[in-house]
Amino acid sequence: MQRDHTQKKRREPLVYITKRSELSLKQSLTIRACVILAGILLCALVTILLTGVNPLRVFASMIEGSFGTPRKIWNLLQSTAILLGISLAVTPAFKMRFWNTGAEGQVLVGMLASVACMFYIGDALPSWLLIIVMLFASILASAVWAGIPGIFKAMWNTNETLFTLMMNYVAMQLVSFFIMLWVPSGSMVLGIVNPQSKNGWFPSLFGQQYLLNILIVAVMTILVYVYLKKSKQGYEISVVGESENTARYIGINVKQVIIRTVLISGALCGVMGWILVAGADHSITSNSVGGNGFTAIMISWMSKFNPIVMIFSSILVCFLQKGAGQIASDLRLNSSVGEVLTGIMILIIISSEFFVNYRIHLRKKQKGGQEA
Amino acid sequence: MKKLISVILTLVLLVSCLACFSACSGGKAGFKVGFIFLHDENSTYDKNFIDAANAAAKALGLDEKQVIMKVNIPEGSECYDAACELVDEGCDLIFADSFGHETYMIQAAKEFPDVQFCHATGTSAHTEKLPNFHNAFASIYEGRYLAGIAAGMKLNEMIANGKITAEQAIIGYVGAFPYAEVISGYTSFFLGARSVCPTATMKVEYTNSWFDIALEKSAAERLIGSGCVLISQHADSEGAPKACEDAKVPNVAYNISTISIAPETALISSKINWEPYMKLIIEKTMDGKGEEIPYDWCGGLAEGSVQLTELNAKVAAAGTQEAINAATEQFKAGTLKVFDTSKFTVKGATLTEYLADVDGDFKGETNVIHDGYFDESAKDQRCAPYFDIIIDGITVPAAN
Repeated sequence: MQRDHTQKKRREPLVYITKRSELSLKQSLTIRACVILAGILLCALVTILLTGVNPLRVFASMIEGSFGTPRKIWNLLQSTAILLGISLAVTPAFKMRFWNTGAEGQVLVGMLASVACMFYIGDALPSWLLIIVMLFASILASAVWAGIPGIFKAMWNTNETLFTLMMNYVAMQLVSFFIMLWVPSGSMVLGIVNPQSKNGWFPSLFGQQYLLNILIVAVMTILVYVYLKKSKQGYEISVVGESENTARYIGINVKQVIIRTVLISGALCGVMGWILVAGADHSITSNSVGGNGFTAIMISWMSKFNPIVMIFSSILVCFLQKGAGQIASDLRLNSSVGEVLTGIMILIIISSEFFVNYRIHLRKKQKGGQEA
Repeated sequence: MKKLISVILTLVLLVSCLACFSACSGGKAGFKVGFIFLHDENSTYDKNFIDAANAAAKALGLDEKQVIMKVNIPEGSECYDAACELVDEGCDLIFADSFGHETYMIQAAKEFPDVQFCHATGTSAHTEKLPNFHNAFASIYEGRYLAGIAAGMKLNEMIANGKITAEQAIIGYVGAFPYAEVISGYTSFFLGARSVCPTATMKVEYTNSWFDIALEKSAAERLIGSGCVLISQHADSEGAPKACEDAKVPNVAYNISTISIAPETALISSKINWEPYMKLIIEKTMDGKGEEIPYDWCGGLAEGSVQLTELNAKVAAAGTQEAINAATEQFKAGTLKVFDTSKFTVKGATLTEYLADVDGDFKGETNVIHDGYFDESAKDQRCAPYFDIIIDGITVPAAN
């Protein structure tokens, strides 16, 4: 640690923080483990105070919610795959410091394109061909949805946070519009498309209907990892993210990188929309993405844009969500209790980064003043 | 030694008796029922179902482990997943409460033929014809008609007091979607009101959402601002009653009594009580006769499925309860029909024939007008409403 002894004697604050130098893996893992343990204890305390229920029962229930039966494990993996996939999709844009808050809408228009294919040409094509057409339609729709704010950002430097956020609401209204068109009764519920023929549905692999979804996202994880860490384009994204001027100085075409990256980000959202339709819902509502587009932002940042770390962050968040539902069901508690506990855990984990990066000192122990 | 043996024997007897009691007092041991709810009890719509499920389980002696409830299940593959998880947990009967759950319940019903699947408000059981998938609704239009009578009497009182003129008796209605269930609902309410207050008219605003406190509140405020002197609703939040209490406009709600949140203005609410249906399906499934559950069950006033909440004496006009009671008796006797074609016109003409879309393909195919009335939720058709006609006297937004 670097120390800077000053000549002038000054009063030290009671508590102050310094930036840590690089920590060993062991140290950082220890800190994180301690923080998670503290989070669990805090959750237990909050549970007792709020509900009076034995916290061990609550934790048992949470584990039951994700691992109680083989089907629950599959469902956990499916939810994880969806959240992880969308997190991967937003990551190239975020790494470039393009604040894409529009994944929710980008996935949704991808879903809409897939459902439209099933609705209009579902009977005309064999299922395997339909699934491929759906993939391209979804990628195109989502890339366009992301590309519009991307082009505006690159050409006229508009604020992409607001632009992408607003595009979510346009996407939702677009979905409502098409459901209204497709369901003349006005019930606003499309329901499963092609329930008999199952055209445009992913096949079950080894009797597991979600296995294909999980495999596709696993491949996506590897591809995004390689793209960001090993490819030239991945490096360009990092440079543009750190400093556009530097990027320009070393001859990177910043506009082109922005547009290209945003299109890739959108296209990956399209793949996720396609998976949601062909591999899970076989339908669409304006709420089909269910907030995953926003949770993905948190996952991406929590994992510092590292796709491998994202796997674990996604599993954790899905585990907490499923646990919250199980608590509500088993203990007849309002589901908000589970959400409060989930919130505490996530907050604790995010704040653990603080302890990994900084060190807290009390006045007594140190003498010299210190500036980070 | 003898003493010890007798003590042990007594204890053994006691324990086995207790074990027997606990097994016999409840419903059939091993029976489980699972519930899938769209939201939790913060939504008045779901609370109505949750309360009924708890009441039915209690009445039939089911213990806590025999009833599994899953809340906040969206209308997507999550519903199918939830149903499958309930099957894994040993449920013999699974019930879902939201319209959008239907196709996912059917998907699960096909996969698990030994489990009974029941679904409220749906329309497909009578066309799917699966032995283990069933729909249910209630003839709530009769309840709304009765609530409409209370509203009409209130309008009459306001006219008699000189508060409004006869032509100013305009009712505002906050509806969710331009969908048959909602149209049938406001039309029956309107016809009930007009049966006692002939000059009444109605304006409808749609929120395009089943549950949105802010939208429902602002829709009610807009209606009040445009001259409506009484508000009713078919949407699931307390937004509209709150707006009415602020503006001192009498209101009629749905599924819950709003007297506690609008003590000065809440009049009455119509309500579907799901307890009779829940009891029926639990009993049938427990007895191993799940396939005897009707494809499409329709509860009415007689079964106790359609109810009115407590009339707020502080707000209601004199004689309201008596008028409601009289009409209720007429409904039970079959002498009064809500959609009596002599009581309303469509574009100036009386309806003599109407092809309703009963089979759910968005094309009308079944004539549902006979013997001088529109036969809503007919026994041989389906229970989910199909009355989707805008009658004279009701104004809906132009786009719809």
